[in-house]
Amino acid sequence: MSSSKKVENKIEELKKMATEHGVDISDEIARITEKIQETSRGSRAWKRVELARNPDRPRALDIIKNICDDFIELHGDRHFGDDLALVGGIGIIDGIAVTIIGNQKGRNLKETMARNGGMANPEGYRKALRLAKQAEKFGRPIITLIDTQGAYPGLGAEERGIGEAIAVNLREFSQLKTPIICIIIGEGGSGGALGIGVGDKIYMLENAVYSVISPEGYASILLRDSSQAKNAAAMMKITAEDVLDLKICNGIIPEPTGGAQVDPATSSKSIKEVIVRDLKDLMTRNPSVLVRYRNQKIRTIGHFVEECQ
Amino acid sequence: MTSEKAVESISCPACKSDFDSETLRKNLNTCPSCSHHFRMEPWDRIAYLADPDSFIEFCKNMKSLNPIAMDGYEEKLTEATRKSNLSDAVITGTCTIDKQPVVLALMSFSFMGGSMGSVVGEKITRAIMTGVDKRCPVIIYATSGGARMQEGIFSLMQMAKTASAAAELDRAGLPLFLVLCDPTTGGVTASFAMLGDITIAEPGALIGFAGPRVIEGTIKQTLPEGFQRAEFQLEKGFVDTIVPRKDQREFFVRLLKMHRGKPAGANAPGSAGHEREDQA
Repeated sequence: MSSSKKVENKIEELKKMATEHGVDISDEIARITEKIQETSRGSRAWKRVELARNPDRPRALDIIKNICDDFIELHGDRHFGDDLALVGGIGIIDGIAVTIIGNQKGRNLKETMARNGGMANPEGYRKALRLAKQAEKFGRPIITLIDTQGAYPGLGAEERGIGEAIAVNLREFSQLKTPIICIIIGEGGSGGALGIGVGDKIYMLENAVYSVISPEGYASILLRDSSQAKNAAAMMKITAEDVLDLKICNGIIPEPTGGAQVDPATSSKSIKEVIVRDLKDLMTRNPSVLVRYRNQKIRTIGHFVEECQ
Repeated sequence: MTSEKAVESISCPACKSDFDSETLRKNLNTCPSCSHHFRMEPWDRIAYLADPDSFIEFCKNMKSLNPIAMDGYEEKLTEATRKSNLSDAVITGTCTIDKQPVVLALMSFSFMGGSMGSVVGEKITRAIMTGVDKRCPVIIYATSGGARMQEGIFSLMQMAKTASAAAELDRAGLPLFLVLCDPTTGGVTASFAMLGDITIAEPGALIGFAGPRVIEGTIKQTLPEGFQRAEFQLEKGFVDTIVPRKDQREFFVRLLKMHRGKPAGANAPGSAGHEREDQA
């Protein structure tokens, strides 16, 4: 059940209680309802952005710990180094061996610095590809947990070809002959998110966001006013509901009222249920057919008209 | 940036020499003194590259919609079309270069900064798939500021879409040649522009993922001279060679000859008979 639905139910409950006790609270109810409507769109989108960025929100490794019976983390891209902003390894979920890849933000200042705030360098994307190819080799499905503002816009990232690293992932993930489930667990930011975001099924947690650029970036570049980020968040259609409406994601995974950080265990349970349900289906399909469908789906995304002359 | 065809006087930003726009045009938009490469529009490139009258444009009338109902986007598109005389930021078609058939896609930076939205994504994808169908090489001239943000998540998805098409061409064993022009950045760099079998850059072109100002904002220092330029990318190993504009046609004539006569279907690992058996 969505949070807004819960509030509605609560209001109904209050109304009923008020009637039972002979108290008139219709003015208060009207005020609350008005407030809810007013804060909808603009601040609803922004609220999601804040929740998606909440420092207490379960990170990829927290979720992995919760949903896996066993997990072995694997490191390094075999060319340059190990990127702590993008983690991966092999896990067992409900008896099924899977490869899991995820953006990893830190929780405190020290960890955030060590993990570069979840903004991966090229070696992170190349590690992801190495692990993905390994998954294909051993017939393991792939789960990606997306949570990043974007790829790291730094000097070294450019020198080592961050654009090339993401591009190659897009091409290769489109062809992997093994099921891929992508879940946006927090921020789905731009090419940095898409770099591990090509798959057969795309899900978003209820309070996750997915966008081509951050609301701040949109506001400062296109609205020429960085203080317009809240408006930009609404205009860009980045909430889970928006992205589902636009048919870019397959479904929304519910979060506990107040956000995943309130009850990480329940939130992880919902994630696990979706993964297990989908794996049972995807793993019965012929891998070549899976790849064909995946690409057909990707290649039909876009809105345009062709006028006849 | 002006669209009038009248002769005007131009000063080279690199060597400061003065000449008129007609001289610049005759010199393939490069400075007659220092050969600084100015930007060049798709139709001018076609006139230079393709055999006379061989270019057949496709998707001529494809136009963008406003998929996330973004305020002001339609007006922006109308304005861009009026200014550039293009329906969107890429021209695609087939042609011959010294009688050798190719698919050609050429982006224009003057249409909304060459940004990639649904139309650019679709036209690039179809161009690449035409290469697969006709079994001929695909040449893409890239220049772009990145994804077209007014199309929100749809512009992001064009990266995956064009990369998926590039994968198809790759599987079919057909060559994708990229020419990276000034500037090639953002979501275009992070998708088809970096997926060429052979990647050529124009001299001095800015090529990167994040823009220089964004990087400077991150690292809080000024970037070194020449950072992200074509010569830097050659040194770092991300482009095969830098080819000045005046030599590009001849370069492609040679390159296409080297890719002729490849048996159909060779090197296609995705073809039948390669199914994995460990997953029923």
